[in-house]
Amino acid sequence: MIVESGFSTLLYKELLRFWKVSFQTIAAPILTSLLYLLIFSHALEARVQVYPGVAYKAFLVPGLAMMALLQNAFANSSSSLIQSKITGNIIFVLLTPLTPAQTFLAYMFAAVVRGVVVGAGVLAVTAWFVHLPVSNVLWVCIFALLGGGILSAMGIIAGIWADKFDQLAAFQNFIIIPLTFLAGVFYSVQSLPPFWQAASHLNPFFYMVDGFRYGFFGIGDVAPGVSLAVVASCLLGLSALCLKLLQTGYKLRH
Amino acid sequence: MTPAIEVQQVHKRFGAVHALTGVDLRIEPGEFFGLLGPNGAGKTTLISILAGLARADSGTLSVMGHDVGRDYRLARRALGVVPQELVFDPFFTVRETLLIQSGYFGLRDNEAWVDEIIERLDLKDKAHANMRQLSGGMKRRVLVAQALVHKPPVIILDEPTAGVDVELRQGLWRFVRELNQAGHTIVLTTHYLEEAEALCGRIAMLKQGRVVALDTTRNLLRGVSGVRVRVRLSPNRLPNSVLGKLASEDGDSRVLALECFAEIEMVLAELRGGDIEVLELEVLQIDLEDVFVQMMHRH
Repeated sequence: MIVESGFSTLLYKELLRFWKVSFQTIAAPILTSLLYLLIFSHALEARVQVYPGVAYKAFLVPGLAMMALLQNAFANSSSSLIQSKITGNIIFVLLTPLTPAQTFLAYMFAAVVRGVVVGAGVLAVTAWFVHLPVSNVLWVCIFALLGGGILSAMGIIAGIWADKFDQLAAFQNFIIIPLTFLAGVFYSVQSLPPFWQAASHLNPFFYMVDGFRYGFFGIGDVAPGVSLAVVASCLLGLSALCLKLLQTGYKLRH
Repeated sequence: MTPAIEVQQVHKRFGAVHALTGVDLRIEPGEFFGLLGPNGAGKTTLISILAGLARADSGTLSVMGHDVGRDYRLARRALGVVPQELVFDPFFTVRETLLIQSGYFGLRDNEAWVDEIIERLDLKDKAHANMRQLSGGMKRRVLVAQALVHKPPVIILDEPTAGVDVELRQGLWRFVRELNQAGHTIVLTTHYLEEAEALCGRIAMLKQGRVVALDTTRNLLRGVSGVRVRVRLSPNRLPNSVLGKLASEDGDSRVLALECFAEIEMVLAELRGGDIEVLELEVLQIDLEDVFVQMMHRH
């Protein structure tokens, strides 16, 4: 039913949109992650031991891949919506018989695809520099997809809410980037003072990164089941909010 | 017969502005219908509500019998809208744009019709050009094509010829006329009143969110009272007794608005009495602009 009625076209269009500018949407974030790896691992490799028997460089790679995945999933849905709103071409979607659920899922899936492609790209490129074990590929995939889903949903919310590019930039700079950087991408939260450890556990991004990293090393700061519960709950909650916004036409249908 | 469009007691507010105040309209299938009014009259608001881009505060609207709120999917399938703004997606070519738009309506394998529209709207040379590379007129054609990809029975054109050159305008009207003859209901808003007069069988005039006139174009033209006369005088002045009848001036010619033909003789007598020679005199045909002006002043 979903595929018959335009969902697949909106998904295809969203995929084509980022693919047409893949140098900017895929290659650039992979290069940025590679630079992070080279700089941080060069500066900290000899000084930091996070998990026993795991080199800092190896510890860093899943975090960087997840960070790139999350940020690009967010960027895809949010930039598509804000651009369409500002240029006015959002009406080409609004005039159609697409349901709120179809619209939501198409934007979300496309954003997840971009996030996963970038995340996989980071893993592929860094494989030249770091040997990374994979303890459980299922956890890797689950957290990649759920994390991408959460950030896609946040991108949809931000894209709908923002009226101007600077509002979207504020959402990204004051919410997405701090939550990502404070999610244990570059460190284990176990190394933090007790207060900041507790604060980190309030950050849902921490569970995405930790669960994803667990898939590689079989070690995490919290049990993967706990991370899964938190991440899945966040995804459900944010998806419900997206659907509500699309159903009511908030800032889309006046 | 199920009306193509039915609007009943529709109200819409934007903050303190009452954009639509109880609009009622019924447009029959196959009509070429004009929706006229000054800026801010509520035309685009009404179209936006019909298309689902805005929501009415109260009242009901349907397209081909489908309620635009309850049965929005069927209503939108029945409606093609050419928006007023020149909007486009800069990521895609003309053909991609049309195939994507077609796909939104669940139409796969629609390439033959898309290619036909491309051909009919003279877009063939630009079919593989990015939308950014098109001129304003070409972008306007693509907007028309996008509204037609799903072969809607009802087509709304919101100021489709604004800023468009004469050749394209004429081509567009030829095409829209053919669509109308093929059974499509056409709803047109335009500031070019001569276009509405030439094309529309029936016209509604909106002012401040309400319908102030709704009739066939012929009846609206008949309903205008008075006569308009253009004169060129020597010396180029009007006696005081005639000054009140001056409707407009254009260079050295003046248009006088008179109540009836008999008044022409009275005006000529006044001019003769004032030693003013009539160099030229032309009785003007009443057009939609006169109807429009009269309606807007009357209400």
